[in-house]
Amino acid sequence: MHEAAMQEFRAIFSRLKQTGRLMVGVPCYDTYVAHRLANHPDEPVMTYEEFFRDRQDTRYGVKGGGMNRCC
Amino acid sequence: MTRSIQTLGWIAVTLALTFAFGWIALNRGETINALWIVVAAVCVALLAYRFYSLFIAQTVLQLDPRRPTPAVRYNDGLDYVPTNRYVLFGHHFAAIAGAGPLVGPVLAAQLGYLPGTLWILVGVVFAGAVQDFIVLFISMRRDGRSLGDMIRSEMGQVAGVIAMFGVLLIMIILLAVLALVVVKALAHSPWGSFTVFATIPIAMLMGVYTRYLRPGRIGEMSVIGFAALIAAIYFGQIVSENPTAAEMFTFSGETLALTIIGYGFVASVLPVWLLLAPRDYLSTFLKIGTILGLALGILFVMPDLQMPAVSRFVDGTGPVFSGALFPFLFITIACGAVSGFHSLIASGTTPKMIENEDQVRLIGYGSMLMESFVAIMALIAACVLEPGLYFAMNSPAGLIGTTPDQAAQVISSWGFVITPEMLTQTAADVGEGTILSRAGGAPTLAVGMAHILSGAIGGKAMMAFWYHFAILFEALFILTTVDAGTRVCRFMIQDLLGTFVPVMKRTDSWMANVVATALAVTAWGYFLYQGVVDPLGGINTLWPLFGISNQMLAAIALILCTVVLFKMKRQRYAWVTIVPTAWLLICTLTAGWQKLFHPNPAIGFLSHAGKFSDALAAGTILAPAKTVEEMNRIIFNDYVDAVLCGLFIAVVLSMVVYGVLAIRKALANPNVTTREVGGDETARQATRLASRGARHA
Repeated sequence: MHEAAMQEFRAIFSRLKQTGRLMVGVPCYDTYVAHRLANHPDEPVMTYEEFFRDRQDTRYGVKGGGMNRCC
Repeated sequence: MTRSIQTLGWIAVTLALTFAFGWIALNRGETINALWIVVAAVCVALLAYRFYSLFIAQTVLQLDPRRPTPAVRYNDGLDYVPTNRYVLFGHHFAAIAGAGPLVGPVLAAQLGYLPGTLWILVGVVFAGAVQDFIVLFISMRRDGRSLGDMIRSEMGQVAGVIAMFGVLLIMIILLAVLALVVVKALAHSPWGSFTVFATIPIAMLMGVYTRYLRPGRIGEMSVIGFAALIAAIYFGQIVSENPTAAEMFTFSGETLALTIIGYGFVASVLPVWLLLAPRDYLSTFLKIGTILGLALGILFVMPDLQMPAVSRFVDGTGPVFSGALFPFLFITIACGAVSGFHSLIASGTTPKMIENEDQVRLIGYGSMLMESFVAIMALIAACVLEPGLYFAMNSPAGLIGTTPDQAAQVISSWGFVITPEMLTQTAADVGEGTILSRAGGAPTLAVGMAHILSGAIGGKAMMAFWYHFAILFEALFILTTVDAGTRVCRFMIQDLLGTFVPVMKRTDSWMANVVATALAVTAWGYFLYQGVVDPLGGINTLWPLFGISNQMLAAIALILCTVVLFKMKRQRYAWVTIVPTAWLLICTLTAGWQKLFHPNPAIGFLSHAGKFSDALAAGTILAPAKTVEEMNRIIFNDYVDAVLCGLFIAVVLSMVVYGVLAIRKALANPNVTTREVGGDETARQATRLASRGARHA
């Protein structure tokens, strides 16, 4: 019972964390790695640091981008 | 069994709504508790979501849960990622909720709490949430393409260019008016200025931290940054109490405007990781936290509304903004009821992350309902203040003078009792020298929030802290938008100019970059400076222009939605978008027309210019101008505003024409002519196979 509650709590916390990170434009890194391994097993996978920088540059339109926030 | 329980539940919600509105109606002339407004808003949202949004989802759009979304078809782990619906809801809400829904309702409170509340609730259900929902839907059906792209492909090349030009104009006026809100809040406030200036080195420190010291550790960085912000508020008080230091951080509106213009230029050419990104993290989390805090504060403190339900200013003589309830209420409250800007967000990153089509309803319609709660809370925060205090804070100095004695006298003559002592006491409570004529929403909201939050935590001793916390929160948020918005403007200008001068299009060219940034900053800086020196306080002039442009963008987005419905052969249900489009066109065109040609100089730009021209011809100087040169500048500014207003009208009218043409073409064709992607059976099978393969691997 206690264990189940802890697990539930951990799941909610991880969702909240994921929400907070996506709010600032950083999607889930584990999902990215899983996707790369499953679909492009022979290609390199970005490290978390590279992934983070790539997402940061995309969000703020370093290569020219749109508005991602409202007034 | 469950079904009948559900039915009973919905009947209960309806009864609660009827009761809340009944209570509000029966207690006109007496103070009512803010909780009644909250109950009414929650019930309206529940009913609208359960019934109207379901109707749109099932009958109008016919969402297809089996049809693969772009996230599924293009899954790349980066831009296109199937995302849990609640996580995506948070992402989308954080992107659409901004300073807009906090400012507009505060200004509209001059009409009393009822007009604003009713417009927010009706507007969000039938216009705002519908727009967000349908734009998100059509963008998702087109691989997450942008609004401009979709207008181009569904309504033609020219329509697309006109719409993007309109968006650029809107961006410029938006950035000017938001920066003006910051100037109004920080002018002659050493505490506020110190705190907000301190955010720049704090953000840079955080930027270096996430780039080099601990790359990508957003959580850690945000906690450290938050602690530093609180410290900045604390030291701000010390600065404001030390005469020499306070002197250093006391700025006039003009100085602040020039500082922000310079800052806007520098900030938008710096690398994003240094200033923009870390401040965006801080302001996003602070915004969500503050909204939650305010909601809890209202529920916990349950303040009474002091503002009358309907004030005498519905006749159009109000000091905060000029013009009668129709059309100006519907212009003043844009965000929170319906905001065209959301159509840019709903066709941005969100449609690329939707896991399943049936989740568009929650994310599109649901997030906008959430945003309407933010607007309702802002309205409550303004209406819990003594009306006299509210008008002292929001009326221009040209009307109420610059001393507490004058202000109290003028405002009392309007029928709102206030004494000079109350004004000086409130200023002292929040740690400011004066609170007079601090229009722009932020300070009023800050006092209202301080009023509510100090009732929950800290009492009167904490009021000054809460006030500066609220100012910091809004300024941080707005400066991030100014920075990001200037970059977007720069790209748009490069794109536009690139058509004529190819080298301008190169985003990697340092020269092109600097030229376009300078143009963008000059454009919004011009309106900002004009607003700061405006005798009517700037907000009075610029906010309606912003509201008109934002609502016109909403009308453009809804025209696109209508065209798409006709192309899908769903014209039977097109009233869902035609009704709000028509209403927005009526409001914005009437307001635009009045801003141009109204005989009252307080409303019409041209009659204002005429009044000053006549005076000039007669050889007299009208306040606030002190020289002939200043007179000429005021006249020139009036003409610039008039031209801008005329351009907005021209843009929206031409979009109506293109919309009608596209609809006629769609009607003439017996087939479905919409340009969706990813709907055919082969694509569906291919995806199913691919995803099955992925799952096995």
